[in-house]
Amino acid sequence: MTYRNPPTTPRKSATFDDYTLSEIRRAAATGIYDIRGAGAKRKLPHFDDLLFLGASISRYPLEGYRERCDTSVVLGSRHAKKPIELKIPITIAGMSFGSLSGPAKEALGRGATLSGTSTTTGDGGMTEEERGHSKTLVYQYLPSRYGMNPRDLRRADAIEIVVGQGAKPGGGGMLLGQKISDRVAEMRTLPKGIDQRSASRHPDWTGPDDLEIKILELREITDWEKPIYVKVGGARPYYDTALAVKAGADVVVVDGMQGGTAATQEVFIENVGQPTLACIRPAVQALQDLGMHRKVQLIVSGGIRNGADVAKALALGVDAVSIGTAALVALGDNDPRWEADYNEFGTTAGAYDDWHEGRDPAGITTQDPELMQRVDPIAAGRRLANYLKVMTLEAQTIARACGKNSLHNLEPEDLVALTIEAAAMAGVPLAGTNWIPGKNGF
Amino acid sequence: MPAINLSKALDQSHASRIFDLAEIPLRELNRALHNLTARSNETAWEVLNPKGSHSVAVGVDQPVTIDVRGSVGYYCGGMNDGSAITVHGSAGPGVGENMMSGSITVKGDASQYAGATGRGGLLVIEGNASSRCGISMKGIDIVVHGNIGHMSAFMAQSGNLVVLGDAGDALGDSIYEARLFVRGKVESLGADCIAKEMRPEHLDLLQGLLDRAGVTGVKAAEFKRYGSARTLYNFNIDNADAY
Repeated sequence: MTYRNPPTTPRKSATFDDYTLSEIRRAAATGIYDIRGAGAKRKLPHFDDLLFLGASISRYPLEGYRERCDTSVVLGSRHAKKPIELKIPITIAGMSFGSLSGPAKEALGRGATLSGTSTTTGDGGMTEEERGHSKTLVYQYLPSRYGMNPRDLRRADAIEIVVGQGAKPGGGGMLLGQKISDRVAEMRTLPKGIDQRSASRHPDWTGPDDLEIKILELREITDWEKPIYVKVGGARPYYDTALAVKAGADVVVVDGMQGGTAATQEVFIENVGQPTLACIRPAVQALQDLGMHRKVQLIVSGGIRNGADVAKALALGVDAVSIGTAALVALGDNDPRWEADYNEFGTTAGAYDDWHEGRDPAGITTQDPELMQRVDPIAAGRRLANYLKVMTLEAQTIARACGKNSLHNLEPEDLVALTIEAAAMAGVPLAGTNWIPGKNGF
Repeated sequence: MPAINLSKALDQSHASRIFDLAEIPLRELNRALHNLTARSNETAWEVLNPKGSHSVAVGVDQPVTIDVRGSVGYYCGGMNDGSAITVHGSAGPGVGENMMSGSITVKGDASQYAGATGRGGLLVIEGNASSRCGISMKGIDIVVHGNIGHMSAFMAQSGNLVVLGDAGDALGDSIYEARLFVRGKVESLGADCIAKEMRPEHLDLLQGLLDRAGVTGVKAAEFKRYGSARTLYNFNIDNADAY
């Protein structure tokens, strides 16, 4: 009998993991960077790293099913003659017609309207589907200005000047030719079937001083009626918030890197921008330093999934949150019922992110007339409304447990962090200690 | 707030309605213009003392004439939809941005982004236009009597840009289907922009534009046409060096 040395277990590199190896092989075979939809998929410090303390001897809770806990919020009260009043502090983020199908846009409008909240257009103009089915519609003013016109500007309920988004601060968009149908092409004034590039900078202003003049123009065109939001990606949240306020914004929207996109380079999504959790406190601090907290409202988006996330964001000083990816999942995105179709594309339900290819089995991120039939806008709108209701009830449950009769009365003092990173980012103590990293010299 | 002498500022005895911005705030001017309907008889407007004001006569959607006596700041005539605006002076950045229809004539020079993202109508600059003239234009017609600056017609999607003088660097970079006609020298062409054959239909089109813009003594045959080579319409890694 020969003696064999005991073998070691095959060991894969943590640095060169399976995904990394597959990406190197893919790049080597194609010579093109990987484009995909959605937001950052890497693990990031997030709301899961925060906990609420709840009531105790020194704090009285509110009765869960008896005592009122207000969820309403007013947006745009700084300058607009007609601010927006929402029943819940959860809005639907901007997603373009073109990226999404007409039925999906209609479903978002229906769900938002049932829930007493707003939905938002996207990089492709306003469609009748969403205007008709959205009680409160925010009209995005984007660098591409696709579909921009004064009539739609005036029939919007608010205007959102998009400077950037969390998935790609500093980046423009790309809608590949296969999604440019006749209707999409017409709305964007482009030939059918070509790759449509969205600019990364606005064509007629640069910098905060110009932005102030641009905001003045939009207010003049709309007779100072509409709230004007300024949306930025999570790049420099303190200064971006301060400059948006200085430029005259009614509402600042900060989108962290978990916020989704229709199509951007994987390397961009995963390596540019800051996590949502890291953006909130600097943005709130900027408002507080300017004496504008609660006067200029702050909306935060990027990875909001449940009522706990909503409550935590509000406790950190946010006025409302916005959801995109989660809303699409509520409509039916990445649903296991289409698993066979996902498998055909070499992926699986929950991982499908080739939204730019226009072949979405769930019929949401497509312009294919047959696929989009898979979205029943009434049923999908109802699912979104149900989901929003659950999130709201969850946030109220937590707020009552903290003794708050309004979601907006939640405060940083109600929170602790599970990790040092989250404690530093959120500016709340590490659980079991009174240590906030970076405060008091430590 | 100083008392406003309305009888002096809103002089109704003239054929045109006069707004003196030295006495009446810009808000009142734009409000009055937005209150116009198709039945309004006040079809001729005059704006005095603009003194570089921003957003003069923005969002007008009725076919009235507006004469601005002096120079304006940013975004004069922004999103104009049907009115005929004449600036008897020079215009700051973004004159006629996102115009839908109607016309804007600038007697002097225009700053950056003239006619940016315009969808229709006619913008005439009788002097020179600065950089990024016609950026992202989507159907507007622009006629510049003088020269235009660098990066003009960047990502221009549709419409016509006519330049009687010279064009600066990187003309028509990443252009889509807009047509560019330049009579003078082009400093350089941007990515995917090439000189194109001037066919009879282009000469007719150009002559029509020159006529509409009141240009006389200049022949369409004196211009060269530029447009998209269409090589960047669908992403191809072999074109990466072009960006």
